[in-house]
Amino acid sequence: MIVSLIALILVLVLIGVSLKPMGLYMAAVFSDSRLDRFFLPVENILYSISGIKKQKQTWKQYVFSMLLLNMVLLVFIYAVFRLQGILPLNPLDIAGMDPALAFNTAVSFITNTNLQHYSGESGLSLFSQLTAILFMMFAAPSTALAVAIGFIRLLGGKPIGNFFEDFVRALVRVLLPISFIAAIIFVALGMPQTLSGAVHATTMAGAEQTILRGPIGAFLSIKELGNNGGGFFGVNSAHPFENPNAYTNLLQCWLMLLLPASLPFTYGKMTGKPKQGVMLFGAMAAVFLVMLAAGIAAEMQGNPLLQGAMMEGKETRFGVIGSVFYSIVTTAAETGAVNTMHDTLSPLTGMLALGNMLLNTVFGGVGTGFMNVILYVMIAVFIAGLMVGRTPAFLGKKLEGAEMKLLAITLLVQPILILLGTAIAMYFPAGNEAISNPGYHGLTQVLYEITSSAANNGSGFEGLGDATTFWNILTGIVMFLGRYISIITLIAVAASLARKTAVQESKGSLRIDSPLFASLLVGTFFLVGALTFLPVLVLGPIAEYVTL
Amino acid sequence: MAAHTAGKDEIPSTGLFTKKILKDACVDAVVKLHPAYMVRNPILFIVELGFLVTLLLAVFPGAHSRTMGSGFYWSVSVILLMTVLFANIAEAVAEGRGKAQANTLKQTKQDTAARRLLRGKEETISSADLRKGDIVLVKEGEVIPGDGTIIAGMASVDESAITGESAPVLKEAGGDFSSVTGGTTLVSDELTIEITSQPGESFLDRMIALVEGADRKKTPNEIALNTVLISLTIIFMLVVITLPFFTNYIGFSIDTGMLVALLVCLIPTTIGGLLSAIGIAGMDRVTRFNVLAMSGRAVEAAGDIDTIILDKTGTITFGNRMAADFIPVAAASKTALMQAAVITSWKDETPEGRSVLSLAEEQGIAMDREKWDEATFVPFQAQTRMSGMDLADGGSYRKGAVEAVKAWVLERGGKIPEDLQEEADHIARMGGTPLAVAVDTELLGLIYLKDTVKPGMRERFDELRKMGIKTVMCTGDNPLTAATIAKEAGVDDFIAESTPEDKIDVIKREQAQGKLVAMTGDGTNDAPALAQADVGLAMNSGTTAAKEAANMIDLDSDPTKIIEVVAIGKQLLMTRGALTTFSIANDVAKYFAIIPALFVLGIPEMNVLNIMQLESPTTAILSALLFNGLIIPALVPLAVRGVAYKPVSADKLLRKNLFVYGLGGVVVPFIGIKVIDMLLSLFL
Repeated sequence: MIVSLIALILVLVLIGVSLKPMGLYMAAVFSDSRLDRFFLPVENILYSISGIKKQKQTWKQYVFSMLLLNMVLLVFIYAVFRLQGILPLNPLDIAGMDPALAFNTAVSFITNTNLQHYSGESGLSLFSQLTAILFMMFAAPSTALAVAIGFIRLLGGKPIGNFFEDFVRALVRVLLPISFIAAIIFVALGMPQTLSGAVHATTMAGAEQTILRGPIGAFLSIKELGNNGGGFFGVNSAHPFENPNAYTNLLQCWLMLLLPASLPFTYGKMTGKPKQGVMLFGAMAAVFLVMLAAGIAAEMQGNPLLQGAMMEGKETRFGVIGSVFYSIVTTAAETGAVNTMHDTLSPLTGMLALGNMLLNTVFGGVGTGFMNVILYVMIAVFIAGLMVGRTPAFLGKKLEGAEMKLLAITLLVQPILILLGTAIAMYFPAGNEAISNPGYHGLTQVLYEITSSAANNGSGFEGLGDATTFWNILTGIVMFLGRYISIITLIAVAASLARKTAVQESKGSLRIDSPLFASLLVGTFFLVGALTFLPVLVLGPIAEYVTL
Repeated sequence: MAAHTAGKDEIPSTGLFTKKILKDACVDAVVKLHPAYMVRNPILFIVELGFLVTLLLAVFPGAHSRTMGSGFYWSVSVILLMTVLFANIAEAVAEGRGKAQANTLKQTKQDTAARRLLRGKEETISSADLRKGDIVLVKEGEVIPGDGTIIAGMASVDESAITGESAPVLKEAGGDFSSVTGGTTLVSDELTIEITSQPGESFLDRMIALVEGADRKKTPNEIALNTVLISLTIIFMLVVITLPFFTNYIGFSIDTGMLVALLVCLIPTTIGGLLSAIGIAGMDRVTRFNVLAMSGRAVEAAGDIDTIILDKTGTITFGNRMAADFIPVAAASKTALMQAAVITSWKDETPEGRSVLSLAEEQGIAMDREKWDEATFVPFQAQTRMSGMDLADGGSYRKGAVEAVKAWVLERGGKIPEDLQEEADHIARMGGTPLAVAVDTELLGLIYLKDTVKPGMRERFDELRKMGIKTVMCTGDNPLTAATIAKEAGVDDFIAESTPEDKIDVIKREQAQGKLVAMTGDGTNDAPALAQADVGLAMNSGTTAAKEAANMIDLDSDPTKIIEVVAIGKQLLMTRGALTTFSIANDVAKYFAIIPALFVLGIPEMNVLNIMQLESPTTAILSALLFNGLIIPALVPLAVRGVAYKPVSADKLLRKNLFVYGLGGVVVPFIGIKVIDMLLSLFL
């Protein structure tokens, strides 16, 4: 117990130390030509194959390029899932998916959600795993990272750049090299990496067993680094091949946090406001640590009716701390990988995991999480900025009617999707029949599933029988809208700000790189972002807790 | 120009609101309940709808199944009606203060007879029929029938109807004092005036409309804030609409009345109810300060000002030169020089002369009053450029321009000391004016006359610096003089030998750096700069062109008031931000009051969340609603008066306001709701 805590603290420090260099590296990737001589030769191949011209784009062209690429890929992977039965590399003879499941899975992977309403090992052919799943695991985070970089450029008052160029750079300079190194480490730590099919073994008891294998090391590294979270196996990182030991467990947590938590530093560098980057990181990290500590405390306390900590649904090789850490990280970074069944977390820990996704600002998924944080920064600046006796300005640009209208729309997206989505699911029998554990917990199951979709997290509370047409379509729509609306509106806000002349900052301007503002920002996360969900949380996890 | 004592100006405090304003406001509040009017404020419109729904359910108890009794529904509907009325009263009170002033102005704007000159003939028509371009004749004792420019004549005009200042002002054709305002009275002579405004568009008309708030448009910031508030309202509507879906699944239902109560408590009614009152009151504070802002936008912009451009003369300095030092030349003693200077100025009533006396007195020079009173005064003449005294016992004393006094001494056979020219040049280089002093044939030395900075200016510029505002002084003086005054006054920057074009250049330069610029001016040649500036404050004594170009007019014609206008602008924005923060922070406590009350019927264990230990679900909900309604009138004085503002850095302001309105907004309702609950439990 003490040892695990010390190990956890040590890992947290190691993670913390790695974030700033990573952030600065990403800033260099997207704005420094010195890295060209390593990567440009590789990229040029991609550019010439795809005919990308790298010309400067307007924000509308940038967003259109993003949507175009994503929609083409969406159609492509939908087709792959439908047709996998007749496509090659199908050693287990897996049939094509039904339309609703294919739609759900395609949306799930293009939106970086990786909500899996199928079981990886039995629902997908190797061809699907490699072309659709693994490829999307690179393409979706590259899209989000590119968009976030374009967003940051606009905030810094620079042109947005070229989407395809940013996409390729995110892929070639960030995701590929890091996941390559991580994959090697994972394999060294005991993960299988093979393209061969299943192994048939006879157990000591004489039973026949089919042991599935695959390119798991490669799969795992991008699953975590890209905040994808889709497991090769149905049970995700609880499977001994996907997460063999405590070392792989911690390394996975590190990979999940690496990109989203270092983006504030990228922002600081690219806008020339490094202190603001530190403030943003500090605000998010503070909430993260509180969530983590509360989660560990709640889980150690366990169920008053049972003795000791909650071990149900957890793997003994990770223990309580290794499991809670993973749960908090995966929901904070909107990855969605799980090494423990969230359904069996204590009500309060379950609520914290849920809370991370409802906030969607405690790091958040790569790119989109950061953009969401800036949404709250702008709201905080707008309301509190008035209190210093000036019309509010963010990075020297005035926040006026046009911007606030877009921000107001963005603010509405999460509550509409989550509350309305949950209400629809609770109302229709097709929705609430999926609940396996009626009562307060059942409400939490549904809320979790919808929230996980809206925040593009992808983890399941499990226990919910969600592999139905109703759930496939509902969560598919929620994932889609949860992903693209806010990307478009926030880029539009940044573009509108970029067109304005910067107001000179003086002693009379609101400083947003101070600890004071960081605490204000955290207050805004909770007052504006989370208060909305208090009633439903009270009816779900809190009711479950008080009635235990 | 009235010489205001810097820093002493205060907004006239005629009490926050009189009985009449309150009475009228109550009537207005009821009139404003009309849905067509309410719909302009969506947040309160929802409260009004909630009132109607609960009222219907109170009247027709059988309309739907419910757990709460009719008493509860009646109470909720009454509280909601009260909430809407309070918000309406808040707005009406703020408007009422302006209306009272507008009524006074309207009395000024009575129809008067005008003598129109048409093809050399005089005809009498109603002032309401005057058109732009008409020529009218106004005689002593008559009211000027419309805004115009004097084309002939010179007269004193009593402008007290508009400015409140009773001393008449001199107006004449040509120059910067040629504009007259309709409704003011001619107290001497006669004027021929060309009318410059169409009926209904005169200065007085605009002023009435402005103070009345009749054509008040929402300011950009108000619109933006409204968007956010509406977004929050939609979110909370979603929260409330979806709630029954969840509770039905769990196995219990919540009364419509309770849902309405939850909705009203969560949506930002406090700021929604006070928002327009804050805006109107902000404009009103400016008006009470005798500055006429042409739009709320201008007042908001004032809060954002980064740079203020001020004229030196009349704004920073008194504009007349005052004795600052005595500099003896050759072998003369300083005492002898001062003695002589005092004698030359004994009967000199000019400000320069007075200042010589007071400086000498400060330095302890003995005054031989009787002897000097009998002496003959030689007044200043343009030809001699000297003034002085001839004493009865002989002895001629003179002071004046160095060259003139030198000539006078030489003429009488005296000699010019060698160091005189050097000292005189030195004074000139320092930005001063040297006056030579001589007795008969002896030239004793120089009086150093200097432009004097108004007292308190330095402190005010320091304050502005703390607020992050830069001050730029414009002057026609040479760079050396300008630098001296700039240093003495403590302005951040100055432009010497400036022309009106320079001002525009400075404004454009600052604006290119993304700064907002304010300036004051009164002349026609200031007009382009006034128009270019983000906040242009024209003096009422100035020309029509200047007044039209500016977005604010100071009726007292005191250019230093621009500094207070900036403070009022900031205060307006701060009040808006503080009350928004307070309103949103209130939701925490309201949640803690209502949520246990809503759910405890279905889930008895929920009582552990009742951390305020409220008596019963009914009292909990009614207390939260009552608090929500009562906080509006409780905050009206703050909204109308504005939050306290001290010129400190933004960091300190934020810290203080976050503490008071953010943390206060979380804590106060906990206490308030608990107290109301305790009171309610005595009766229920």
